[in-house]
Amino acid sequence: MADTTNTAHFNRARSAAENPVKRFFRATEIDTRLLGMVGAMLIIWIGFDFLSNGLFLTPRNLWNLSVQTASVAVMATGMVLVIVTRNIDLSVGSILGFVGMIMGVLQAELLPQVLGFNHPATWIITLLAGLSLGAAIGALHGMIIAFLNVPSFIVTLGGLLVWRGATWFVTSGRTVAPMDATFRLMGGGTEGSIGATASWIVGFLACLAIVASIINARKQRKRFGFPRRPVWAEYFLSGIGCALVLGAVAIVNSYPWPANIARKYAEANGIAWPEGGLFIAHGIAIPVLIAIVIGIVMTFIATRLRFGRYVFAIGGNPEAAELAGIKTRWVTVRIFALMGMLCAVAAAISTARLNAATNAQGELDELYTIAAAVIGGTSLAGGMGTIAGAMLGALVMQSLQSGMVLLGIDSPLQRIVVGVVLVTAVWLDTVYRARAK
Amino acid sequence: MTDQRTPLVEMKNISISFGGIHAVDNASVDLYPGEVVALLGHNGAGKSTLIKILSGAYRRDAGEILINGEPADIHNPRDAKKYGIETIYQTLAVADNVDAAANLYLGRELRTPWGTLDDVAMEAKAREVMGRLNPNFQRFKEPVKALSGGQRQSVAIARAILFNARILIMDEPTAALGPQETAQVGELIKQLKREGIGIFLISHDIHDVFDLADRVSVMKNGQVVGHARTEDVTKDEVLGMIIMGKVPPKAIPGPGAMQMA
Repeated sequence: MADTTNTAHFNRARSAAENPVKRFFRATEIDTRLLGMVGAMLIIWIGFDFLSNGLFLTPRNLWNLSVQTASVAVMATGMVLVIVTRNIDLSVGSILGFVGMIMGVLQAELLPQVLGFNHPATWIITLLAGLSLGAAIGALHGMIIAFLNVPSFIVTLGGLLVWRGATWFVTSGRTVAPMDATFRLMGGGTEGSIGATASWIVGFLACLAIVASIINARKQRKRFGFPRRPVWAEYFLSGIGCALVLGAVAIVNSYPWPANIARKYAEANGIAWPEGGLFIAHGIAIPVLIAIVIGIVMTFIATRLRFGRYVFAIGGNPEAAELAGIKTRWVTVRIFALMGMLCAVAAAISTARLNAATNAQGELDELYTIAAAVIGGTSLAGGMGTIAGAMLGALVMQSLQSGMVLLGIDSPLQRIVVGVVLVTAVWLDTVYRARAK
Repeated sequence: MTDQRTPLVEMKNISISFGGIHAVDNASVDLYPGEVVALLGHNGAGKSTLIKILSGAYRRDAGEILINGEPADIHNPRDAKKYGIETIYQTLAVADNVDAAANLYLGRELRTPWGTLDDVAMEAKAREVMGRLNPNFQRFKEPVKALSGGQRQSVAIARAILFNARILIMDEPTAALGPQETAQVGELIKQLKREGIGIFLISHDIHDVFDLADRVSVMKNGQVVGHARTEDVTKDEVLGMIIMGKVPPKAIPGPGAMQMA
């Protein structure tokens, strides 16, 4: 008993010595690194907004940004697990291309022969086939890495060439279009968004989930009598979380459909065309919703499931994980299979968005995906990384790119900037980590 | 005195070689319940290798392992754990980047009815076990790499005793520790011994283990020099076994004993 009072006293003494900022971060347990990234992103956003005379921070541009980020963000969530176990996957862009092409041929050429055009089941059959194919390719890579002991760098470098080549062979290089109408919804666009009302519902459900999870975590810690965050910190976190969610919904809900599409819609539904135009909000784009759901599922897998625990343990100390009785080889196979499935999701998003499957789909995406994960704080030395960080990393990369497009910067210069930013970001992170120790 | 009972562990005529080198050559050791056997020898004498065969990290080329008198199939660390064999490795073998509770339960996580990790329950149990071993330990939320050598050692030990081990293998358990922590480990060993657990203590330093052990088994160049009860021999005689392979009169010579002219 004397012990606990001592500790409490010690803690109080320690926190009194800290400045208010430190105390604030300790109480709220906010990841300062993640906060730094958000800060960097805001600087990029405001900078571009300033340079483009207010074109960047518009609902329209932010909505487009969210759609453009979705595909790489989905793959980045899987890349985190790959890199955490000290592996790398250079083949994700090629897997995306190959799976996208197969899904394109399936929905545009094969299934219509059996089911007829625009059959309601076409999209789901196509998607499931794509997911299985992606998982199979990933599992194959994983098995070669785990059981034949070929380094992942080499296996996936081979995969990069093999699957890009295989993509060409599917149609001898021909572009496949158009995609199935339902399948196309996964790509976003005017139709591929859920509208204002549904977006608000999603937003409120998300707020409920945030509050419920904070209450639940507190209850759990109370049950075992562990230290808890101060109550004000819990309120603060709930408040910030809900404000961010609802703010984002408000932004996507203030981006209206283009006038001509709205007019067609009004005509088709017998709505009189009002004087000032008809305001129909986009709301959250479906690919963005897919990416967010995948982010949540992957975070759950990484932090709440045994599989995720093993992934991080293997990354921290492969030998210790093996000695603890973890089947490390099978974990590797499952990681790469999961990565393959995420490539298939990304392939669905990007073929749907383009309304075509092409030969070059996903080229260089492996590099953007790896860059997103690394900028997002995933350590190439293994053992460290978060899903949220990687998705934020993807958003930062995409912000840079679309900001430069908005400013009319030439694409060779864009690449130079992205390259320099990548190296600088990792260097800053190294400095941060060295100081945090 | 112990010869009438069935040994907890009997490793018979174990051999293993790596690329032509006989790391362990025809070695036999045994262990009884509630007994501490010190496995001594120079670095490279084969002690760690022999014991890694028991803990499932290596597969033997030849020989037999009996647990409670029955042949045991040990092919990997999971098999060994099924027989109640827990090991504290010299390298500690902890995952540096996760916290103490995660390390304690690595490979045997507690789960909620929904199949998710029950972190709170694991932390509660971790606090209980660590409280017994190292009452000052408070850093449950930090990754293990932030801990001191002694604290990491407590984590490794806690992991071994958490699952009701019957056979405990400690490879250089006090190598990273200060005097006070070493004394704590000594106390712990005595306590576990009273609970009827059999313990293999591996060390290259006789002073660490002589007072704790009931018996010593000495290895040299992959072979067993001999076995002796600690009450029958002096430290100097055991040193003679370690350095020269010279077996004192009251000890039982093994295949590695120096041949007397």
